[in-house]
Amino acid sequence: MTRESYINAGLTFLLVLAPFWAWSMGQAYILTLCTKVAILALAGVGLNIALGLGGLVSFGHAAFFGIGGYAMGILASHAQTFDPIMDWPILIEGTKSMPMIWLVAMITSALAALLIGALSLRTSGVYFIMITLAFGQMLYYFTIGWPAYGGEDGLSIYVRNIFPGLNTLVPVQFLILSYVILGFALLFSARLSRAPFGLALTAARQNADRVETVGIAPFRLRLVAFVISGAITGLAGALFADLNRFISPTMFSWHTSGEIMIFVILGGVGRLYGPVAGAALFILLEHLLGGVSDYWKIFLGVLLLAVVLFARGGLIGTLAGREVGHG
Amino acid sequence: MTFLLFAEQMLNGLQFGIMLFLMAAGLTLVFGVMGLINLAHGSLYMIGAFAAAAVAGATGSFVLALIASLAAAAAAGALIELTVIRRLYKRDHLDQVLATFALILILSEGTRWVFGSFPLYLDVPGYLSGPVTLPGGIQYPLYRLAIIVAGLVVAVGLFALIARTRIGIQIRAGEADREMIAALGIDISRLYTLIFALGAALAGLAGALVGAIQSVQVGMGESVLILAFVVIVIGGIGSIKGALVGALLVGMTDTMGGVLLPRFFALFLDPTAATAVGASLGSMLIYIMMAVVLIMRPSGLYGSA
Repeated sequence: MTRESYINAGLTFLLVLAPFWAWSMGQAYILTLCTKVAILALAGVGLNIALGLGGLVSFGHAAFFGIGGYAMGILASHAQTFDPIMDWPILIEGTKSMPMIWLVAMITSALAALLIGALSLRTSGVYFIMITLAFGQMLYYFTIGWPAYGGEDGLSIYVRNIFPGLNTLVPVQFLILSYVILGFALLFSARLSRAPFGLALTAARQNADRVETVGIAPFRLRLVAFVISGAITGLAGALFADLNRFISPTMFSWHTSGEIMIFVILGGVGRLYGPVAGAALFILLEHLLGGVSDYWKIFLGVLLLAVVLFARGGLIGTLAGREVGHG
Repeated sequence: MTFLLFAEQMLNGLQFGIMLFLMAAGLTLVFGVMGLINLAHGSLYMIGAFAAAAVAGATGSFVLALIASLAAAAAAGALIELTVIRRLYKRDHLDQVLATFALILILSEGTRWVFGSFPLYLDVPGYLSGPVTLPGGIQYPLYRLAIIVAGLVVAVGLFALIARTRIGIQIRAGEADREMIAALGIDISRLYTLIFALGAALAGLAGALVGAIQSVQVGMGESVLILAFVVIVIGGIGSIKGALVGALLVGMTDTMGGVLLPRFFALFLDPTAATAVGASLGSMLIYIMMAVVLIMRPSGLYGSA
């Protein structure tokens, strides 16, 4: 085992332990914080596939996070009012079933990622950063101006959606659900990075010309990575909306894109557990510093600056060193 | 739609475009010469506006307020360049985006800490308030006309600075080949600080000028920042001419789109739906324009790479 895998195991242990500790201390809100960490980490796992493996600096992942959230909001609000989403040419009704919502969230955000990626990947470098940002902003302003689902005010969903066999309104059950999904996403991400596809993607990041020379088109690799990445972030958006039972255009704002990026970078770009470490640290800081000062974001800013300037490779990179060679 | 209303909206678009140019000029210079993406540029806009509001509140003089906005933004710009930004020139864009995002957090929250969460107000001075009548019978606020003129003067000055002065030659040389001008004995790090402070001062001035029309509050720089990025991406990053063309395009499109689209949809939709669809499409329009430009010309209208 490498040092990184010990750190990953330690992090898993801490994340699993935290709810037990919270329960024994009688501090139920910690469960919600842990759920939030898991869901935001999931969004980061999505971005990490594009950013870490593919080297695609997307500043517009809020688009997929928001689409996932709105998929949940639209389906659940129609189910809430027993009003079909459309009745022509085929009848589509709302649903409160989580697996169905997740499927819709992933498919719609994957389709959006396919479209955005196909257009954006024609550019590179700083133009790619900016065009992804532009697509995110486009959707942000669209949802603000779209009155059907609350417009700027957002939309509340009164009862959390249903998962067969569970009572999702019990914090522990929703927490376990989020942990399990995060676990699957991590497993998938780990497999992906070792699969031929992941290796080719990594190679395309390091040297696109060589990949092209051996007969693989970098554009298609990147597009597929972007779609997978968008779908996972979309799933996180649906879960996040379910956690808060609320959706609003803020999910699409560029701050959200920035924060998802922060999770990945704080933890360590391209590291399997980077997003988990980053999201956990972010929420922990928000929780600890938010209690000390109203202006806690100053400290977050200073810390982030310090990580970028001095601790390259993020939390996991600093702890584990460069032995895995994620260049 | 009457001609008068149309002309007035054209002028609004022009005014918005000119202000965007002041923001975008610094952003594009910094990218062109130093290769740096500076998300914190919007914070400098905010600092300029706050400095102007504070000085105007204390002295009552609008001219002093404008000078304060230039000085405060330039000083803040020089300070962050010396402490943080210069460590980022050799880093990749990801590090730059993150570090300057961190600067936004620090500067926004810092400003909120000093000035509080309530918006400040900067009043238009008496000698610039009220409407003027332009040829053709167009009634237009004098202050907005004044900032169009002021912005155009600054734009001309900036072009002259870059085309005609020694500093301008150094800036252009810096864009072309950094190592070479260092080899010619020019203090490159001083040049960088100077360019950064110049861009910051322009952003601060824009903040102060716009601050008198809107309220001065934390976060005011962010929406403008994103628009300024749209501008420089459309124009081609690094090109001042591109920034001017992009700024006018974005200013006009945003203003005219917001006015014309609801009217256009009203031709075949009922009024409330037309307003909603028109307004939301209107605010998406510039992003659609940017996406189209990038798809047709992946490095912007005047981009070189």
